[in-house]
Amino acid sequence: MPLIAPRDHPPPGAVLDRLHAIHSVRGYLPEADLLTAAQDLAVPLSQLYSAASFYSAFSFQPRGRHTVQVCLGTACYIRGGDRLLERLETLLEVKPGETTQDRMFTLETVHCLGSCSMSPVVRVDEETYGRVKADRLGRMLKKYRLNGPEHTQVEEPVL
Amino acid sequence: MKMRTHADLERVRTKGRALLRPERPRICVGMATCGMAAGAKTVFEAMEEAANASGLDFMLIPTGCIGCCQEEPLVDVRLPARGRVLYARMTPEAGKHLIANLSALQFPGDHALAVIPDLDPDLPERPPELSRIPLIHDLPFYKKQHKIILSNSGLIDPRSMEEYAAAGGFRSLEKALLHLSPQEVVEEITRSGLRGRGGAGFSTGKKWHLCSQAPGRVRYVICNADEGDPGAYMDRTVLESDPCAVIEGMIIAGYAVGASEGYVYVRNEYPLAIERIRHAIEQCEALGLLGDDILGSGFGFSIQVVRGAGAFVCGEETALIASMEGGLAEPSPRPPYPAVKGLWGQPTLINNVKTLASVAAIVAKGADWYAGIGTKGNAGTVVFSLVGSVANTGLVEAPLGLSLNDMIHEIGGGGLGGRRVKAVQTGGPSGGCLPADLFHLPIDYTSLSQAGAIMGSGGMVVMDENTCMVDVALYFLRFTMAESCGKCTPCREGTRYMVEILTRITEGKAGPDDLSLLEEVALWVKGASLCGLGQTAPNPVLSTLRYFRDEYEAHVKEKRCPSGVCRALIRLNIVPELCTGCGLCLRECPVGAITGEKKQPHVIDPALCTRCRTCWDICPEGAVEIMR
Repeated sequence: MPLIAPRDHPPPGAVLDRLHAIHSVRGYLPEADLLTAAQDLAVPLSQLYSAASFYSAFSFQPRGRHTVQVCLGTACYIRGGDRLLERLETLLEVKPGETTQDRMFTLETVHCLGSCSMSPVVRVDEETYGRVKADRLGRMLKKYRLNGPEHTQVEEPVL
Repeated sequence: MKMRTHADLERVRTKGRALLRPERPRICVGMATCGMAAGAKTVFEAMEEAANASGLDFMLIPTGCIGCCQEEPLVDVRLPARGRVLYARMTPEAGKHLIANLSALQFPGDHALAVIPDLDPDLPERPPELSRIPLIHDLPFYKKQHKIILSNSGLIDPRSMEEYAAAGGFRSLEKALLHLSPQEVVEEITRSGLRGRGGAGFSTGKKWHLCSQAPGRVRYVICNADEGDPGAYMDRTVLESDPCAVIEGMIIAGYAVGASEGYVYVRNEYPLAIERIRHAIEQCEALGLLGDDILGSGFGFSIQVVRGAGAFVCGEETALIASMEGGLAEPSPRPPYPAVKGLWGQPTLINNVKTLASVAAIVAKGADWYAGIGTKGNAGTVVFSLVGSVANTGLVEAPLGLSLNDMIHEIGGGGLGGRRVKAVQTGGPSGGCLPADLFHLPIDYTSLSQAGAIMGSGGMVVMDENTCMVDVALYFLRFTMAESCGKCTPCREGTRYMVEILTRITEGKAGPDDLSLLEEVALWVKGASLCGLGQTAPNPVLSTLRYFRDEYEAHVKEKRCPSGVCRALIRLNIVPELCTGCGLCLRECPVGAITGEKKQPHVIDPALCTRCRTCWDICPEGAVEIMR
């Protein structure tokens, strides 16, 4: 820590910005990076930790190569999002928040991805899949196991 | 080049008009997040490839949300001297077919949803080969809509300053900065009757006045785009489809209250919205519309984007400020209100995305024009995301005062699959569920809150007979329990306690006193919580208890879930006469509870079955029945 702190506070949003930057490079928040960030921003490590642990976007554990997010927003929930989650738990053999043994997938739930008109929705990394039915999940994961993402396609609407 | 004068802006507008009305085909693909989820990207790529191969001279543009999300992927085609047509439910093949027809200057009939009257008076209203396709304003989905906030959405390229300017953008900025005093801007907004579109409905003009009068070293403007309500996506769409309207509103707000720094706080779950608003800010900076001495007025303003990190409570303004300051994102008691003492203790104006996106139109067309839309005390238009079990899902903008019936049955086209609509949920976890016999109510701040719901930010989730209202209440309470920041006891413990009682009810383990206990706890949490999250968290419980008490009583007294949702109270059965033995349910059952030979009726083992209803959901024959 410098003897005299550079300014009375970091610029608005700087702490979140830094945490996002670490997370996107490392895939999680390693302790060493948090220590450096605390020094750079001149905020106490305790404050940085309390902020980091408050938000659902940050993880202190290394994560899988792909993140599978099941949307449990209201529209997705009433159109069967919870059933998709249950199917994914069986397929991946993990619970939400956990990573598969081979470090390929981390399963997460999320409260609304804002694609409610396409509900139920599943997002794998940056790719959003709409109107998903349980019987499509196996094929979807297989594509990621093999190589890149499957191209998005419209499923028949749930009637 | 930096723009300094009116003439500079006019040059940009002329350029934009040439882009909006080009002498070659202009093809817009709706590529906001929901369009992408429906496969718009593959359609875009297929059309690009086909058009390149055919040698067609064309413009292919990823635009924002066109509105009728049910019909995604949507493609809007304009042929010079021929007209404009909207194509729906496009596939890569249909896209290639479309390009082949366009090369011959023909509009194909397949996939055509509506004819769009173009702004260009020289363009014929309707191409003769599409005489049977309705005009877009005659479609039930669009008939009662009135677009102000969404007027550019899906029309312009959200990455193009020129197109925004040509569509009327930056007129209000010129007018406010060069011809009106800050006080006059505040008065105009006050007279318009605009109220905060984030949900609470506080007078926007009054908030601006408070902030402009509060003593402080500096002032800030924050655009609240932390749209946390599950089942709502209005703010995301506005940022993705028309980011410049938000920027223009923010600069005018900054000028009115005397702030020179602005921040847009966007939800982490919206990567495309973040990308689009960042891009628009860079473009405005390059053109000198952000920075020092904007348009030679002497007024300077800058905007930065702050990306949230997944916490619902950050939608509450004091928590949002705490989050920006880098600490724990916990709310603090008000007063003092942020307008007086906000970011770093300085006066801070926080407005919702849609509020700010309404500002430019009000300044351009005048307070009287805006006040004349909607009803008395509820001026203007609101944007709703109409989703759930409704035939036409989509983004709807309508004048305040429209009835729920018009919204759900006319615009929404009634229940999904022709099923009866039972209830509508407005306002997300802070709102309530209203039954179908109240659908005559007008959609405005007063009527909805008197009925026990709230206007909220604009989420509207339609529910039918397959939705259990007790389960819905439990869903929302689980949400607020998880998102409660834990600072105050009534919210932290009260939400947990309500979840416990509701869980007992849905599991058929509730006693006769549980309903009155639930009501009592709900009222305590409502009255004693620190911030809006806790104060409104009991609304889903209180409103369902008020309107759907019979469903609660069926769970408590008869141990029965009338909607066939609550797992402990239902059983699944395959009807042998309907089952074709296709084996789909057998493969997809997450617990392997289904057995049967190929082409023979299958059977569910009730001992293994978790009643997840996956089989019921996917069975192509509808052979799975729910025993309630």
